[in-house]
Amino acid sequence: MRKSHPLIIAVAMFTLGFLYLPLVAVAVFSVNATRYGLVWRGFTLDWYLKLCQNEFILNAAWNTLVLAVVSTVAATILGTVLAIGMDRFPWGRKANTSLDLVLHIPVVIPDIILAAALVVAFGLLRVVSSLFEPGLLNMIIGHITFQISFVALVVRSRLVSIGRDVEEVARDLFASTPYVLRRVTIPLLLPGIVAGAMLAFTLSLDDFVISFFTAGPESVTLPLFIFAAVRRGVTPQIHALSTLVVLITVILIVGMERFTRK
Amino acid sequence: MIKLLVWYGELTTRKNLAKRGLLFLGAGMLWLMVFLVLPGLVLIGVSFATRGAYGELVWEFTLENYKRMAGFSLFGWTADYIMILWRSVWVAFVTTLISVVLSYPLSFFICARPERTRYFWLTLVIIPFWTNMVIRTYAWFLILAPELPLAKIAAFFGLIPQSAPLYPNAFAVYLGMVSMFLPFVTLPLYASVERLDWALVEAAQDLYASKVRVFTQAILPQTMPGLSVGIILTFVPAMGMFVVPDLLGGAKYMLVGNLIQQQFGASRDWPFGAAISMGLMVLTMISLQLYRRRSKEIEFV
Repeated sequence: MRKSHPLIIAVAMFTLGFLYLPLVAVAVFSVNATRYGLVWRGFTLDWYLKLCQNEFILNAAWNTLVLAVVSTVAATILGTVLAIGMDRFPWGRKANTSLDLVLHIPVVIPDIILAAALVVAFGLLRVVSSLFEPGLLNMIIGHITFQISFVALVVRSRLVSIGRDVEEVARDLFASTPYVLRRVTIPLLLPGIVAGAMLAFTLSLDDFVISFFTAGPESVTLPLFIFAAVRRGVTPQIHALSTLVVLITVILIVGMERFTRK
Repeated sequence: MIKLLVWYGELTTRKNLAKRGLLFLGAGMLWLMVFLVLPGLVLIGVSFATRGAYGELVWEFTLENYKRMAGFSLFGWTADYIMILWRSVWVAFVTTLISVVLSYPLSFFICARPERTRYFWLTLVIIPFWTNMVIRTYAWFLILAPELPLAKIAAFFGLIPQSAPLYPNAFAVYLGMVSMFLPFVTLPLYASVERLDWALVEAAQDLYASKVRVFTQAILPQTMPGLSVGIILTFVPAMGMFVVPDLLGGAKYMLVGNLIQQQFGASRDWPFGAAISMGLMVLTMISLQLYRRRSKEIEFV
């Protein structure tokens, strides 16, 4: 145990304050009774009640949830299978390197480049099929594309850390491939799969850029809604909505920690 | 003659194994090919195409988009686009630097907490990391509002007009950027600081090393792995950032992310947008290359 220098404590406190001051301000003004300006006019929960009556916001919340759930489920399955395929078979060094490279693209490039590429690709595909009109389906495709990489990388690191001994033992005892998968690999891998899925889910909720580029008029999500609203001017209702979103994030994080620490 | 081999307890042939392996790889790889690699190639292709009169794509090979990015136009040469690219690199650099400077004390502080509460402090850094960036950006509107001290001080010194908010401007962009990316540096750095071998630091102190030398020769090399990951995780996305400059910088402080968004949004000039994306891609490649040796693995939080 080492003691911190007072200066270190001061800077650390300043930094944490810097991170939280804006979020706290949003929470404070979400319960302020005045509609305009930043003068304190007493406590109210009206803005939260009004949220629940706003059809548009409820719709956006629903879209956000559908987008996150569908893309996470698809990306978790695709990413897990991909990770097993990459780690458990004797591919050459060259093949491994190029697979690895492709897998890392969405992780390292700025998301706006992926968004631009998707806009152009969907634009061209639209000539073939009307499925690729901007909208929820395109957003789901976009989210899956970057989520796969994250899931596959997390699951693969788990595959490496559990090693192959148990699988080999199962083989030696004449287990078939599906049996090994079902009774050995997948159960051992489960914490990695869940961690990957949670990461994918949070990434989807957190994403703005990919959604912004691929969304249609009918498929507004909460981040898109907030972005459009604050450009017109901030209102207490937006503060209330943002506070709720932050609270849900906090609950997810704490839940995730509880799960992964056990 | 079929060559048999034993692969982790299974008697099989190379062909069988490859067949089954492809079955696993197939779906995921196909997805990444169709929706990642192909769109990427198409984007490169489009950057050499021509924009039609109504914003449609015309497949005529041209270098016009790249020339335009370099500043050549009908009316001679301007540095506008080069400036925006350069500014994006500069903003990313300053953001990374400030984040690193603030992250060291914060990581040391968290490491020095007792075991019971350390996790609480770490969670305080994780929460902003995962909070939606639109919310975290617009939240600064409130802090920089004309009624609050920051804007009042700025107005007092005549930096902004009376009763005007302290945005949009360059200062607000830096504030937003640092608060956005700070956790991206702190979290990997913390992982390194936690494993720090204090014996080396004490040895340096015992040998009368100055404070600066203790840091550069005992602490910095040991925390390099985490620091490298943090720098990459900050610098690259910061270059392409679009929400913060859009909300806090406005037209006054445009970055390359805004420029790209404009081409795909209001201007509807895909070929030019694609060319700028390629410019950003090249900048990304260069920065990754500079750091490749040290950041072999990227840790996820």
